[in-house]
Amino acid sequence: MTEPIIGIRDLRKTFRSGDVDVHALRGVDLAVERGEFLAVVGPSGSGKSTLFHILGGLTPPTSGAVFIDGQDLMKMTDSDRTRLRKKSVGFVFQKYNLLPTLTVRDNIEIARDIAGASAPMDAQFMEIVKVLGLGNKLDRKPRQLSGGEQQRVAIARSIVNGPAILLADEPTGNLDTENSTAVLNLIRDLNKRLGQTILMITHNPEAAAFADRTVHMRDGQLHAA
Amino acid sequence: MMLTLVGVSEGMMRDQEARTRGVGADVIVRPSGSSVIGATPPSISEKLVAWAAEQPHVVQATGVVVYPLGGVSSVHGVDFYELEKMSGDFKFLEGRRFETGQEVIVDEYYAKEKKLKAGSTLTVLNRPWKVSGIFHGGKLTRMMVSKTVLQEVTANTGKVSVIYIKLDDPARTNDVIAHLKQTLTDYPIYSINELASQFSVNSVPELKTFIGVVMTLSVIFGFLVVFLAMYTAILERTREIGILKALGAGQGYVLGILLRETVLLALIGSLMGIGMSYLTRWMISTFIPASMTQAIVYVWWPIASGITLGGALLGVMYPAMKAARQDALESLSYD
Repeated sequence: MTEPIIGIRDLRKTFRSGDVDVHALRGVDLAVERGEFLAVVGPSGSGKSTLFHILGGLTPPTSGAVFIDGQDLMKMTDSDRTRLRKKSVGFVFQKYNLLPTLTVRDNIEIARDIAGASAPMDAQFMEIVKVLGLGNKLDRKPRQLSGGEQQRVAIARSIVNGPAILLADEPTGNLDTENSTAVLNLIRDLNKRLGQTILMITHNPEAAAFADRTVHMRDGQLHAA
Repeated sequence: MMLTLVGVSEGMMRDQEARTRGVGADVIVRPSGSSVIGATPPSISEKLVAWAAEQPHVVQATGVVVYPLGGVSSVHGVDFYELEKMSGDFKFLEGRRFETGQEVIVDEYYAKEKKLKAGSTLTVLNRPWKVSGIFHGGKLTRMMVSKTVLQEVTANTGKVSVIYIKLDDPARTNDVIAHLKQTLTDYPIYSINELASQFSVNSVPELKTFIGVVMTLSVIFGFLVVFLAMYTAILERTREIGILKALGAGQGYVLGILLRETVLLALIGSLMGIGMSYLTRWMISTFIPASMTQAIVYVWWPIASGITLGGALLGVMYPAMKAARQDALESLSYD
């Protein structure tokens, strides 16, 4: 059996909020296999966003063990986590988080630039851009796109460097039903077509239904569906 | 601002030099105790003019009365025929030379600034003067009247401010100066080339200090403007910086973007400054051509650009470092 691409054991995260310690994660255990599409479902405040931020290297864990593609996050410095975000993790956020002054093409290419890629986008990636329905929108600015289109640009940007895992945080949270379905179909399609490992955070069971597996999070702990 | 002020300083010096050369003299005698440039009171006896004219190799000598009118303006009292003979090629664009004691001639720049034409009336030294002619600029000064009239009006009868001397052979200038100095021991005597070489910013300590102050102010203003602009811009772009950091941008990458932006802005600012210096030159030559002259000093383009860039880089350093150190998660949650 192969090593899981995401391996988490007894993960804990405690924030200091004023004079109070907030225990956002209270011993999370999780294993995600390579090529799996996993949904983490839970209400607001359950700790799913904290899990997302730790897996994405945006914040360090307090204790426990976290491995992503063989890399131990507990031993990582700030610059190690920056390298993790650059090479191993792709993000899709609820608010799209595109750079407003750049075109679609530049929003995608800046991720390549940050990763140090010098070659032009290859044919395979351009095929994905077409699959995402962005082929004729590469020169538009984000404000000229619908919410669904902007999220598709964010998806394209997240996979442009071939990350080990794609983390999606409420990717349909700002979209209507039609666009939500379209985006979720695209995410599932990327998982099936490219074998992209995806971990999606959502509070919506209908969105979670697009995943291969769903786990529930409540009060900082994971429970199998 | 820097290029305009340097241009005005340099332009006025060059203009002064051109007008001095325009007299056509080879040697100039100034009153004892006077500085190399600047207005001088009429304190040389006219007898010295006649004496100078009789010296070996001297073709012509003419005395000129200079009377300052405040600022950089002055009125010159000349013997028109002598000046015309010495300078040669004295052209009137309009009207004629002065013939009566109540007439004045002005150059084209003074006429343009004061909107004067031949026949206009001009008040100088609390007296009305009729403009008899407008001459082509570049000869001695902008405003001339009869020497004897100016001597009377200013109570300096029989005295002149400067003696201009023309030689039969300009190559003998040093010999003639040496000869004149044997008699006129207390009088500063210069060749026209020596005098012209003094018309530079470096020869006027006050101007050098002034330009130094302007340069320092430019660096300070550049620093403050860029500091505030970049600080505000970075605050407004906190979320964008967070996005870049989420994508894996390190401190160096964010710093690099901001520094490149600053360099680009500084270069654009420098180009605009160069453009503005052309605009101010046009405004000066259109609205106050007699009061000021602005030159385009190309050698100052890289200097001014360097100062702008230096100020801008100083100004961006703190905001850029702050941006580069921003926490990605905090930046992403910034609205």
